[in-house]
Amino acid sequence: MLELERVTKIVGSQTHIHETDLAFETGTLNVLLGPTLSGKTSLMRLMAGLDRPTSGTVRFDGKDVTGLPVQKRSVAMVYQQFINYPAMTVYENIASPLRLAGADKATLDREVREAAELMRLTPFLDRTPLTLSGGQQQRTALARALIKKASLVLLDEPLVNLDYKLREELRAELPRIFSESGAIFVYATTEPSEALLLGGNTATLSEGRVTQYGPTVDVFRRPRDLLTARTFADPPLNTIDVVKRGDRFRIDEAVDLPVPERLRSAADGSYTVAFQPNHLALAPQTPEAVGLKAKVSVTEITGSETYVHLDFADVRWVMLAPGIHVLEIGETVEVYVDPRHTMLFASDGEAVRPGERLAA
Amino acid sequence: MVNSEERLARNRSESVMRDAPAGGHAASGASSDAMARRMRKRGESARWSWLVPTIYIVFLMLPIYWLVNMSFKTNHEIVTSLTLFPRQPTLQNYVTIFTDRSWYSGYVNSIIYVVENMVISVACALPAAYAFSRYRFLGDKHVFFWLLTNRMAPPAVFALPFFQLYSAFGMIDTHIAVALAHCLFNVPLAVWILEGFMSGIPKEIDETAYIDGYSFPRFFIRIFIPLIASGIGVAAFFCFMFSWVELLLARTLTTVNAKPIAAVMTRTVSAAGIDWGLLAAAGVLTLIPGAIVIYFVRNYIARGFALGRV
Repeated sequence: MLELERVTKIVGSQTHIHETDLAFETGTLNVLLGPTLSGKTSLMRLMAGLDRPTSGTVRFDGKDVTGLPVQKRSVAMVYQQFINYPAMTVYENIASPLRLAGADKATLDREVREAAELMRLTPFLDRTPLTLSGGQQQRTALARALIKKASLVLLDEPLVNLDYKLREELRAELPRIFSESGAIFVYATTEPSEALLLGGNTATLSEGRVTQYGPTVDVFRRPRDLLTARTFADPPLNTIDVVKRGDRFRIDEAVDLPVPERLRSAADGSYTVAFQPNHLALAPQTPEAVGLKAKVSVTEITGSETYVHLDFADVRWVMLAPGIHVLEIGETVEVYVDPRHTMLFASDGEAVRPGERLAA
Repeated sequence: MVNSEERLARNRSESVMRDAPAGGHAASGASSDAMARRMRKRGESARWSWLVPTIYIVFLMLPIYWLVNMSFKTNHEIVTSLTLFPRQPTLQNYVTIFTDRSWYSGYVNSIIYVVENMVISVACALPAAYAFSRYRFLGDKHVFFWLLTNRMAPPAVFALPFFQLYSAFGMIDTHIAVALAHCLFNVPLAVWILEGFMSGIPKEIDETAYIDGYSFPRFFIRIFIPLIASGIGVAAFFCFMFSWVELLLARTLTTVNAKPIAAVMTRTVSAAGIDWGLLAAAGVLTLIPGAIVIYFVRNYIARGFALGRV
């Protein structure tokens, strides 16, 4: 189990990590989700022991490892860039952690070939990393991390620089490969969809703060605050400021929405209503759906889906519509949203879930 | 109609330059004539394009050729006539150098202190360059720049203090004295070159090595040095070049036992006049080590002149 206790990292006058508490159980898959510069890498470096926290303690299996040099820890790390030892062959690259650990020749050879087979690197063992393709280079780095059998495996956006197909493949394989080792697996990504595909637990990060940590689906469906919800939405979350009066959300004088059942008990006042792009549709999906008039500003057609960027009053919304829709720019369209699929946030960003609070 | 004809004529003028003026329309004839003239001119300039490089190379090689030429002549031929090739080729000058101890020891001395200097400079510069490339510390940028400013001072400035210092320590006329003196110029240069090469290596490689379990010294020797091998080669080359051609400090700090070849060469003036042939042969032999060393780093030399920064 890896625990961060009130850990901070301050470099010069900049705070990279605000006071953070996190605990990762042994044998779990944990995703660090956040945009660039949100502190994912900083946090990983603290976990690995590459950087020393400015304050706070890092514990591993209950033991304080805060000042322990990285050589003495059981850590493996894979970077976004393809980092290998260019002067060594792929075989030597993969073998290096075991060689340093003093493994005997037969074991070493078996382990290297096993890892290479798993990462489909067997034909390239005698080549040097720089003569390989990007995907092969990254697989070499992954094989090296795998062979170490570390109890903490850190993957810092390992698939970002790979081509689409390889990414899909490795993303599916990685959790399976590493879960067999029983290690704590930490995976940093900027993409919400990647977090959802990986499953496990997710910690969302924003500007050096962990905004929420919990089972991935849980964090996605019940974000604690607006910041988390925004971090965990791609394309961006649609929001609109409303004033709740009784059972209506008033957007402006002319337009209002009914308040869904579960939110009725919330106090009257100003709120932010948020909903995912796929919950916005060109036709009413449910009888409860409410139509709103918005102006089309951009449409992007991906083939099976159409992203429609809409201007609603002075906010920008994104609608993810299945199929191909050809819409004129500047055209006013009626879009539908089911109020039951909305999330409600108080003006300070806290999620408002009156029902659940009672249950809790 | 006119347009199409003109276009036709122009097309023709491109394929058959000289025939173009024969075209029917006056305007088209004039325009294609002008074009033909331009083409001819371009052809002429292309024909003479070898000229400038050739002149340049001739000017460049002439002194070197003359030196080699002279080294195979007798003194009598050198002073009495101007000949492009030695009329009576002789190896006597080279034989003298390779057999006379006072001559060849000059080369040996030079090589000893140059190699010592190369080893010391690179050995000192490696850790310094690593620190500059990997760590941020108070005043790092200033110190780094100040290092380079050392090179801007003429060596002569340091001749007196060095002489005084080495006399005090009884180090005058030793190889190590010259090697250390040259370090003043070569260490900063080597630091700059190596820092450039090192900064081209991502920091993540260091970290990956630490994570794999490499200790710092082991990482440095096993992983890092092979990565910057070309940088080390280039840095060593630049140290060699400076130390090999530097005369003033080397001559001031030596008398007999560590006398460099350049100082030995000044001895050819005797009561009988200057021994031209011998001097030329010594000069040729001085060029050779540089040519050999530059061959090994020829692919990286440009990066060296950019101080490792690309």
